[in-house]
Order: sequence, then C-alpha cells, then structure tokens
Amino acid sequence: MTETVDARGLRCPLPVIRLAARAKELPGGAEISVLATDPAAQHDVPAWARMRGHETVSATESDGVWTLTVRLRRGIPT
Amino acid sequence: MGRMESSPPRRVHLDNGGRAPWHPLAREAFLQALDDGWADPRRLHAEGRRAARLVDGAREAVAAVLGARTEEVRFTHSHTAALHRAVLAGAAGRRRAGDRVVVGATERAAVLHAADAAGRRETIPVDRLGRGDAGAFAAAVAGPGVALAALQHANGEVGTLQPVEQVHDAARAAGVPLLVDAGASLGHARVPETWDLLAADPADWGGPSGVGVLAARGRVRLPDVGPEDAEPWAPGGVSVPLAFASAVALESVQADLDAAGARRRELVDRIRAVVAGVPDVEVVGDPENRLPHVVTFSFLYVDGEALVTELDRQGFAVGSGSACTASTLEPSHVLAAMGVLTHGNVRIALDRTTSAEDVERFLAVLPPAVERVRDALGVRGL
Repeated sequence: MTETVDARGLRCPLPVIRLAARAKELPGGAEISVLATDPAAQHDVPAWARMRGHETVSATESDGVWTLTVRLRRGIPT
Repeated sequence: MGRMESSPPRRVHLDNGGRAPWHPLAREAFLQALDDGWADPRRLHAEGRRAARLVDGAREAVAAVLGARTEEVRFTHSHTAALHRAVLAGAAGRRRAGDRVVVGATERAAVLHAADAAGRRETIPVDRLGRGDAGAFAAAVAGPGVALAALQHANGEVGTLQPVEQVHDAARAAGVPLLVDAGASLGHARVPETWDLLAADPADWGGPSGVGVLAARGRVRLPDVGPEDAEPWAPGGVSVPLAFASAVALESVQADLDAAGARRRELVDRIRAVVAGVPDVEVVGDPENRLPHVVTFSFLYVDGEALVTELDRQGFAVGSGSACTASTLEPSHVLAAMGVLTHGNVRIALDRTTSAEDVERFLAVLPPAVERVRDALGVRGL
C-alpha cells in the first residue's frame, strides 16, 4: 500500500515540504507518492530523495499531473 | 544645525552575470565616442570615416583578445542576437551536410531555441556538476547529418567550465563547425582559441548592453538568413559608441584578468565554505573547473522568491534559478539538467569591484535569512 500526498496546485517548495512531513511519520522501506502540478516537483522530489538517502522509484506525468514515488530509506528516520 | 543623518547601509550587488556595472574606462570611452563617433560609419565623409575608424579599432581590440583576425569579428545588437545568428546561419551554411544541431543541455535558451528553429536539435546531457560529456559530444558530432555543434565555454548560472578543447578536436575531425558561447566567460577567464564561431556579451564584462560580439573563422560559411542588408549580422548597423565602449572595457579587464580572477576565486571559495555549513544546502557546480566569480546554491525547503526578497530588503541583490522567481514559472533548465534542487536557489556573480567586506556582510545575513524563510513555512525538523 503506497501512501499518497496530494500537492496538486501547490507551488515549489510546498510539494516537497508536504512529502517530507508525511515521510517523517512512515517507517523505512515504505513507499510514498506525491501528486504535483508544479513543474519544479519533477526535479525537486528526486533531488530531495537523494539528499535524504531515499530512492526515487518512479516518476510519471499525465495531463499535467506528476506522480513521483519514493521508497524511504531504512534506518534512523531523518 | 541638526544631528548628522545616518546614511542607509550601502547596497551590495551580487547579481552581476550578464549585466555588471560599467567599467569606468568604458564610460569614458562611451562619452568620447558620442563626440567622435556619432556619425554613420557607412558614409564616405570625414565624420563617417571617423566613426568607422572607432568601430574598426574596436573590432581589432576584441580580435586581439580572442586570437582572431579583425575581419573575423563583428558586433551584433546583443549577445542573444549573436547566438541566434551563429546557430541559424551556421546551420544554413552546412545544409548539404544535414540539419542536426548538437548542443549541450545547459546552453543558453537562445542556443536551444535557435537550434530548434534551425533543424533537429540533439541535446547532450551534463553530469551532476554541470559538465557535458566530451565522449558523448564526440560521438554525436561524428554521426550522420550534423550541421553544427554548440558548447558554452562556461555556464553563467553555475560556473562550470565545459570541455571545449576536446569537443572542438572531435568536431574538427568530423568537419563540423563548433560554436563556443563565451558569454559568461570572456572578460573573466582565458577563453581557448578552439572555436569556429564564438559569441560574447559585453554587458557581462563591464561594457554596455545593447551590443554583442560574434566571431567567425574565415573558413566558416555564414549565408544570410534574414532580409538582405549591408550588415546582416546586425541589420541597420550597430551603435558606434556601444561597440567602442565594449572593446575598451574588454581591453581594460583583460589587462589584469588573472589578478581579478584570483581575487574573486578566493571570495567564491569563502562563500562556498560558509554556505556549505548551513543545514540542508546543495552548493552546485564544479568546485574546481569553474569561472572565478560565479557560485550557486540551493536551500532545501526554501521559497526562492521569499529568500531573494528578504535579502533584497536587507540590501543584497542576488539572482535565482528557482521557478518561483522566473516569469515562466519554470525552474532553471540548467539546474534541472544537472539534477540538483531547483527551489531555494541563490545565484551569485561577483563583480570586479565586489570587496571582501561585501562578501562578509552577505555571509553574516544569509544564514539567518534562510532560517527566517524556513520558519515561515514551518519546516523545522523535516
């Protein structure tokens, strides 16, 4: 079961912030998706994941909505 | 008499890429050329000939810096116009070879758009530091149907130098002309002579805006791509005072290029070191092979527009590649191509007049400004 954060209509850096806030409540290894219409999200979600040691598992776009899915790293949550 | 008014703190302008304060000698040259070069340099009378001599002298001076012949250097209406013409005419001159234009992913938008207009664009990716892959470039230019290749000498947003010598070797072996965009580097760093076409930006080196430089080696064919004009690279002719002031500024900055570069490189090293100590920041661009005066960093969970506004309020002008600061709402294509954080971005280009004190004052206000902007978004502990 993948958690989903709906950040459609929010501008950068809010999609990443909403994603990070939800990720904090989830265990390592969990997958979490964020829906975003802001064009910066496609770049900033993978960059955030890299900085935090998470893994971007997919990034797709359909009708102007990005769905970016991240697998959280195991170990001490950050 | 009343007490002395305390003067407002001096503004510190750290956004000098592509538009720097005029060099004092450029200003003098401009005023001189208003007196001596107001006439139309295409006319045959004494006034016209005097104006023509100023333009010819300016071309000669720029050519000497570039390692080119005077007749290979032209002034255009802007750096953007020089890039457009170089790509469109350069590709048109090679129509028989094909219509593919090979470009780096972090070229200026003017190059990318002109490549799309000229034919089929093939974009070579960059790594995390913003450096193009010379091997991939070499393979691409050796492929069939390539009309032209374009690679910047250095990126003006992140400062990373590109492997222009290696790519020029490969392009030359393939018989493909290489356009080198020196718009962010000429006047700040030594520009290699490994180019077939070169564009440069006087406003970036302390000269005026409203004028650009386009150099083309004699062997490059540049057919007219616009309506017929005596000066197709600058239809209607360029402003003599602007061209003259550009060349004087370039000669002036070239005279102590290495010293000014070394001084600014130290200041940039200092900025990189202090900024790296702020939590959750990415200092982007190549730390070694870079322009001496450019440094860029992105703060996680920071609204770029809010940070630029906060710094401006405190007297510091900085640039940003974040989407929220762009009229298009699209983030910088350079940061995107590098795969680095695009939000919370701050772009700094030091002027020759930027002092160590300016930098220290900036470094004192930056971390608390970041903290304030983050607190406004409630991101503590994320």
